Amino acid sequence: MRAIIEYFSTHGAEYLQMVGEHLGVSALTLVIAAVIAVPLGVLCARSPLIDRISVGIATVLRIIPSLAILIFLVPILGTGVLPAVVALCILAVPPILINTALAFSTLPAEVLEAAVGMGMSPARVFFKVKVPLAFPAAFAGIRTAAVEVIASATLASYIGAGGLGEIIFTGMGLMRTDLLCIGGASVAILSLAVGQLLSVVDRRMRRYERA
Amino acid sequence: MAPLNEYLDYWASHADDFGEALLEHFALVGMVLLWSLALAAVLTLAVMRSRRAEHISVQLLSAVYSIPSLALFSLLIPVTGLGATTAVLVMVAYNQYLLLRNVLEGLDGIDPDIVEAAVGMGMSPWQVLYRVKLPLAAPMILAGIRLAAISTIGIATIAATINAGGLGTILFSGLRTMNQYKIVGGTLLCALVAVVADRLLKLVERVIVKRTVH
Repeated sequence: MRAIIEYFSTHGAEYLQMVGEHLGVSALTLVIAAVIAVPLGVLCARSPLIDRISVGIATVLRIIPSLAILIFLVPILGTGVLPAVVALCILAVPPILINTALAFSTLPAEVLEAAVGMGMSPARVFFKVKVPLAFPAAFAGIRTAAVEVIASATLASYIGAGGLGEIIFTGMGLMRTDLLCIGGASVAILSLAVGQLLSVVDRRMRRYERA
Repeated sequence: MAPLNEYLDYWASHADDFGEALLEHFALVGMVLLWSLALAAVLTLAVMRSRRAEHISVQLLSAVYSIPSLALFSLLIPVTGLGATTAVLVMVAYNQYLLLRNVLEGLDGIDPDIVEAAVGMGMSPWQVLYRVKLPLAAPMILAGIRLAAISTIGIATIAATINAGGLGTILFSGLRTMNQYKIVGGTLLCALVAVVADRLLKLVERVIVKRTVH
């Protein structure tokens, strides 16, 4: 316990920097992954061919162990933040893509027909009807991806991306119980907090459902 | 990157290293799955009488499941030390979420009329569970087992960081020595094992479901 307090008093700034790196890499990854996966998911609902190909690839990617994806890129891209973000994107795109595609292809047909019948333009149908209806399922994909990215970003420390994984790997290397506890607890809290935060966002965005 | 034949030469000359890691991986995954199934069966029997208990246990397990494996490993090392024991404990805990969620969803999704008919025919609670509920919930249960197996195959690679052996050993030693033959071979093998396991389990699922439903 004393060792833990001592760590924070001497390495406080370093610790905060690692938390920052961890969140930075994760946020960057999620934004890039969402920019790729959400439009692709919307396209999937329009074209069965694109759906078959991209959901097929995403399903296989989802099965492959995350560590294998992280490490596979090292001979090609080297170590550092870039290969980590690319690898984490490969992990984050499939859940977002699969959920968005499913959300947009299972919209109730009679609601869409009613919207068209009311004289809405295709753009209005998309933004006023399709997007709000598809949001919960699509957002669930983003939430899954976020929790997975926070977890895998810990592993990404091993390929030089910084973040809280560094504390854990140092602790394992030196067998320092204090570092293991600090690193383990920090990552656990971070991932639980992000999961909770996103479910609050989800509930906020769906408030209209209760109206 | 080196030409393909250099990769093939390296893999051929180190085939026994890859084979050994693969066997270790299978042993680790097999042990985790056996313990997971046994514990999940006990937990299911313990909570299935009350919806409240079901809900609370699945919520708790989902919180555990969302904690990254490296974090759980490092929190357990001070207690159980480096090695396969810690890895097995963590993976069994994760699998409880995947298994319980699917098993309970499968059991609770059964039409109450069917259960009532079985009771009315004079079946004992055990007979109802064993001869009516389990076959009807089989698709969900088998899907849960497949998810648990795939997740275990993935997390078992990470378990190499705490000396639990397996395919992760090849990945980490390849990374330390920057040996691209090892890195590419190891990652491809990991991916292959996961994909093949998924296909095989889906096949088994289809066969069993066909037999139990008809």
